[in-house]
Amino acid sequence: MKTSNRISRRNFLLSSAAVGGGLALGFTLPASKAQAAAAAGPKRVNIWVEVAPDDSVTIKYARSEMGQGSLTSAPQIVADELDANWEQVHIAYVDVHEHILMNKAWGSMQTVGSQTIRNSQSYLRQAGATARAMLVAAAAQTWKVPASEITVKNGIVAHAASKKQSGFGALAALAATQAVPKDVPLKDPATWNIIGQSKPRVDIPASVNGTQVYGIDVSLPGMVYAAIAQSPVFGGKARGFAADSARKRRGVIDIFTIDDGASVVVVADNWWRAKNALAEVVIDWDEQGNGKADNASIRKFFEAGLTATDAAPLPNNKGDVDTAMKGAGKVLEAEYFTPYLSHSPMEPMGATVQISAAEVHVWASTQVADGLASEVAAALKLKPEVVIVHRVQAGGGFGRRGSGDFARQAALIAAKLPQGTPVKLLWSREEDTQHGMYRPLAMYKLKGALDANNNVVAWQTRIASGSLMAQRIGAPLAKGVDGMATEGFSRLPYEVANQDHSYIQRATHVPIGFWRTVGWSQTPFAREQFIDELAAAAGEDPLKFRVRHMAADELSRHILETAAKAAGWDTAPPKGVFRGIATTEPYASFTAAVVELSVNDAGVITIHRIVQAINPGYVVNPLNVRAQLEGATVWALSAAMWGEIGIERGRVKQANFHDYRVLRLKEMPKVDVVLAPTGGFWGGVGEPGQAPLIPALCNALFAATGKRYRSLPLTQHGLSLA
Amino acid sequence: MKLQINNQVHEVDVEPEMPLLWVLRDILDLKGTKYSCGIAQCGACTVHIDGEPMRSCVLPVSSAEGKRITTIEGLSHDASHPVQQAWVKHQVPQCGYCQSGQIMTAVSLLEKISKPTDADINAAMTNICRCGTYKRIRDAIHDVAGNAPEVAKA
Ligand code: FES
Ligand code: FES
Repeated sequence: MKTSNRISRRNFLLSSAAVGGGLALGFTLPASKAQAAAAAGPKRVNIWVEVAPDDSVTIKYARSEMGQGSLTSAPQIVADELDANWEQVHIAYVDVHEHILMNKAWGSMQTVGSQTIRNSQSYLRQAGATARAMLVAAAAQTWKVPASEITVKNGIVAHAASKKQSGFGALAALAATQAVPKDVPLKDPATWNIIGQSKPRVDIPASVNGTQVYGIDVSLPGMVYAAIAQSPVFGGKARGFAADSARKRRGVIDIFTIDDGASVVVVADNWWRAKNALAEVVIDWDEQGNGKADNASIRKFFEAGLTATDAAPLPNNKGDVDTAMKGAGKVLEAEYFTPYLSHSPMEPMGATVQISAAEVHVWASTQVADGLASEVAAALKLKPEVVIVHRVQAGGGFGRRGSGDFARQAALIAAKLPQGTPVKLLWSREEDTQHGMYRPLAMYKLKGALDANNNVVAWQTRIASGSLMAQRIGAPLAKGVDGMATEGFSRLPYEVANQDHSYIQRATHVPIGFWRTVGWSQTPFAREQFIDELAAAAGEDPLKFRVRHMAADELSRHILETAAKAAGWDTAPPKGVFRGIATTEPYASFTAAVVELSVNDAGVITIHRIVQAINPGYVVNPLNVRAQLEGATVWALSAAMWGEIGIERGRVKQANFHDYRVLRLKEMPKVDVVLAPTGGFWGGVGEPGQAPLIPALCNALFAATGKRYRSLPLTQHGLSLA
Repeated sequence: MKLQINNQVHEVDVEPEMPLLWVLRDILDLKGTKYSCGIAQCGACTVHIDGEPMRSCVLPVSSAEGKRITTIEGLSHDASHPVQQAWVKHQVPQCGYCQSGQIMTAVSLLEKISKPTDADINAAMTNICRCGTYKRIRDAIHDVAGNAPEVAKA
């Protein structure tokens, strides 16, 4: 793999052609190299693999890159089955428009749910293996030797007996004409030589010299800038606005509402000018009856859900919980609370849109490039085929960019401007914080019973939470249950004969969305603390107690014991240091964490070490998986300590990083990542690392202080981080 | 007004109170310097003014007049600055969005203290990284300083 320059070459050329040049996307190649590449013309062996006469191989990447690293790791999978030489591999984004015109030939572009590897590995391996077989068939035909005698290694096709060999380039044209073989055998994982390697990330060089292009960086000739004020109270509308002085400010081009008054927009020749003018616009907001909601009213509504009689049972319920509770030795009850949270990626929301007579061009940092075309098309009442979405790197996504609200707004703004005017909409950080698609608030009521032998004999869970399925996706709930809100309870790793879990939807006017690790970011906070509470009631070690109840769940046991071993669980920590442990099964992976900490009398927590263990089945790029677990740890600690979006007078209280605190470098603890792949399945890696972290932290806090922290964030309990 | 950016003089006609960030990004098309918070909280917009790291989102352009302004684009032509190289070696960036600011802050730390301690790094590196690359940032800074041989584990 060489530089990242070629990553977006095709996009660059397409974009330039489409809008008549002048794009400053920063992906230009040295002119001579670009001309040579264009003249020689690579051959498409199949839709994932292109081979150029110089033997270089271009592997297509369909999903988005937002820091999760699969722009590098997904092509590693293709390259391995292809037996390519990684040094000759270039990576190029699939062109979104071509993808739509070809009936979504490249599969899903969704970069959500830690699914890029696990949900594409099968067709990516097939793509590599098939292209390899076609190159072999071309060689067999050229050399007139049996295909079965031909080997491919490191980008070289060879026939030992006749001493013939060739790079891919000379065979590509003939390979492309071969019949596409079916059921090409895939490699035995033991023979992989690119999968499993810590290949450097291809997008990193551009991230260290300022040339990486994010949505916010798109620059087009004649471009104007838009600043937006959305109704502070969710669902509100502008009745009207006074903008006389704002209109007179330097650079202001236009001021109007979009979305039936949901937002007021200022367009200017510079974003700062637009934003300052917007601050001068006096807007008369109609709150649409939502202006009274606050933390207390919302909490009351959720608490009522914990005792409501019309909750929906989960499909894994079994036995007779009531009878088992009655006959039990000890019965425990606990309530847990997790707040709304904002994603707050470092790149704020925004999009650039240009509408010409025949086409709509969109540049935006997104996790769903093809979905964005549909969303923009719908906003403009056009067909997705006329919307051309250009690829850029996303400055963090974490689920927020799975929604296309900002691109939709940019399209509505562009539609109000003279045709052909490119407009860049950028949200301020305050808009980003106050108009998120928040991690749903959720409350949990748990009840558990131990028999005379301290076995858990009954487990009851009530989950009161928003429903992403109903409120975000707009799909009906299967038998009243939201699968994401109940993750972690719909299959306990613990053997409990009598189980009664139920879910009740609590929809408020606060918009909710997919926040990194989704349900798994919060359900373990309740589940993995409650199992600890049961262990404490039984007077047992939390690890042994868990393991004792996991006889039938080998993989959960394996990851838990792996983390414990790495943490030295069997040897006592130094005096004053305490440990907590938790285990989870998110996104088809298994993750467990151990947190080692001490707490002083002032409630200051010092984290001495965190062990994060993951079994994702297979590890494609170890270096990247480690980075994802390190990052997920930071993400989780931010949420645990400070994360809260509070509601007051119908609107969000927090505005920016001063009151929506996130972890900084000085607070970063030592993290030991343990990769423990067992093979046999494919799990995700971007999100699972977060799942066990917060309960492990809270369990360690219990060990240290004897107190249970059943609501977040921890700063509300007077705790802080050293 | 005249601005000296990356050893080149630029003439701009802007309001004196416009933050340097927006002059760089939207007037001069120097997009490597990023906007994230706009209130001096995150450091994504960090540039050097006469060698000092400054948060350009709150710096009126007029106060940078007559001073030496260095942005990420001016750090090196070819990403050859030792800090940039260490960032690649340690595979620091995830999304990369905060990294121009992180690198500019680290460069000035290392210019002042060639062998920073962990405490020095804690004090200087107050920039936010939402992807959580802090461990690697610390490792990379130590590596440039020749402090610790620890390389990103594979
Ligand atoms: S954008 Fe300047 S400090 Fe955040
Ligand atoms: S690398 Fe994404 S914010 Fe730092």
